Amino acid sequence: MSVDITKSDGPSDAPPPGRAGSAGPAGPEAIKAIPVRHYGRYVSAVVALALLGTIIYAFSQGKINWGAVPDYFFDDRILTGVGQTMLLTVLSMAIGVVGGIVLAVMRLSKNPVMSSIAWSYIWFFRGTPVLVQLMVWFNLGLVFEYINLGPIYKDYWASFMTPFLTALLGLGLNEAAYMAEICRAGLLSVDEGQTEASHALGMSHAKTLRRVVIPQAMRVIVPPTGNEVINMLKTTSLVATVQFYELLRYAQDIGQTSGAPVEMLFLAAAWYLLMTSVLSVGQYYLERHYARGSLRTLPQTPLQRVRANLFSLGRPKGGAA
Amino acid sequence: MTATAKTTHGSGAMVKAEAVHKSFGAAHVLKGIDLEVAPREVFCLIGPSGSGKSTFLRCINHLEQVSAGRLYVDGELVGYRQKGDKLYELRDSEVALKRRDIGMVFQRFNLFPHMTAIENIMEAPMQVRREPKAVARARAEKLLDRVGLADKANGYPSQLSGGQQQRVAIARALAMEPKLMLFDEPTSALDPELVGDVLDVMRDLAESGMTMIVVTHEMGFAREVGDALVFMDDGVVVESGHPRDVLTNPQHERTKSFLSKVL
Repeated sequence: MSVDITKSDGPSDAPPPGRAGSAGPAGPEAIKAIPVRHYGRYVSAVVALALLGTIIYAFSQGKINWGAVPDYFFDDRILTGVGQTMLLTVLSMAIGVVGGIVLAVMRLSKNPVMSSIAWSYIWFFRGTPVLVQLMVWFNLGLVFEYINLGPIYKDYWASFMTPFLTALLGLGLNEAAYMAEICRAGLLSVDEGQTEASHALGMSHAKTLRRVVIPQAMRVIVPPTGNEVINMLKTTSLVATVQFYELLRYAQDIGQTSGAPVEMLFLAAAWYLLMTSVLSVGQYYLERHYARGSLRTLPQTPLQRVRANLFSLGRPKGGAA
Repeated sequence: MTATAKTTHGSGAMVKAEAVHKSFGAAHVLKGIDLEVAPREVFCLIGPSGSGKSTFLRCINHLEQVSAGRLYVDGELVGYRQKGDKLYELRDSEVALKRRDIGMVFQRFNLFPHMTAIENIMEAPMQVRREPKAVARARAEKLLDRVGLADKANGYPSQLSGGQQQRVAIARALAMEPKLMLFDEPTSALDPELVGDVLDVMRDLAESGMTMIVVTHEMGFAREVGDALVFMDDGVVVESGHPRDVLTNPQHERTKSFLSKVL
């Protein structure tokens, strides 16, 4: 029984049952077929590269002083701005995540007071623009002249509400409303049997949430949260309106004094891109951590993958020699 | 109308139901259940799906609240506290306290997928009883050995077969050292060849003197291990008695037709 081996489909290493005997101890002969040629891929790659080249050429010929970008890339002010942007992103996301989990739990609570409060909060903070919220926090001194926490703290609102605190509260509390919905989706994704099993063991509601439900909900929560972090990093550029100095604000300042305003915008964009890339890598590892138990084998880390590739590259060399 | 010959009075019963009713909105699922389960007894509940067997089991464990009648576990009223002639609903923390003494095994195992087998077993003793880790681990190892899975301690549920998962689930329930074990169709979600291992563990548990209430379709197990059996249909107890008698010589038409289909 001979088989015509010019077909390109079918798994290449699956043993054809009728030929097993003729293949000898080395196992069935692997199919050697001519693969399908995808000419469309070559054409589209050439077109895409051509377009990219055109755009790069156009930008390089424009009236832009590219030399200014590397000159200021590691400028002290820029680095300070990057630090401030990172700090603000991390802290507002921390407020957002913690607030989001609390709001989601409240929203799903059997207690009608809790769920109404959570619903109203989400309704308000999601329903108004974050830029408006930032400006309201900034101007809240019009409503509250002093802040008075009895013997602990007492001050003018204006001196209490620093630009940093304004930015942090404005971004963090707004983010909490979005995170609440993400967390709620995560909590709802966990099978009810898990809660029942935990309750049946005598675990309280709080313990069940903390030990059983939330760890499983994280698998659903992490990917959209990664999205939110990246969004937050870029949204921090809005806080220039409340006099907080971060990356974009510093870049604009330099742009005005050095006479290269557009160049500094490109510089800021490059830094934002750099930071979001780093965050994406972090997200990958976080997702891998929470995949524990749900996948039979964890996906390799990029480092492991590089190592595995190196080994497999080395092997054929050794065989040839 | 007791289902067992061992006890003549309700006072010593592990579980006692008096006219227990349960409704979900308009659906009347339990329509007056009376039964008694004696300590150290293996009590089997059989019946067609939708007959209320699982609902009754879940009432014992407070996973569902009884709508009418009285249900007692070890002499204590389930779900309520009685003061004079008034009933007070129990707080969540009080319910949790009572659940510690009642182990439950689910049809779908419900192991915690983000924890290894041994972590699943150690979780409740450490979190609920605040046991030191070493003590919890030692007991968990012993329990895993007892269910024949000592070598799977560090496997995640997704790496175990259904039968292995269910045995871990039994070990997890036993880790709280319950006085009563509830089994809700423990073998219904298993491949036929895996059922035997789980039943072996349950048989071993019955021999050790555990009080067990088992909702099951395994008539062989009921006949061999059960001390008492109740056939339920449409929310009522149709027939009860010793498993051998009910299974070989059913008195009611409904029991006969059900058994003729499953045996």
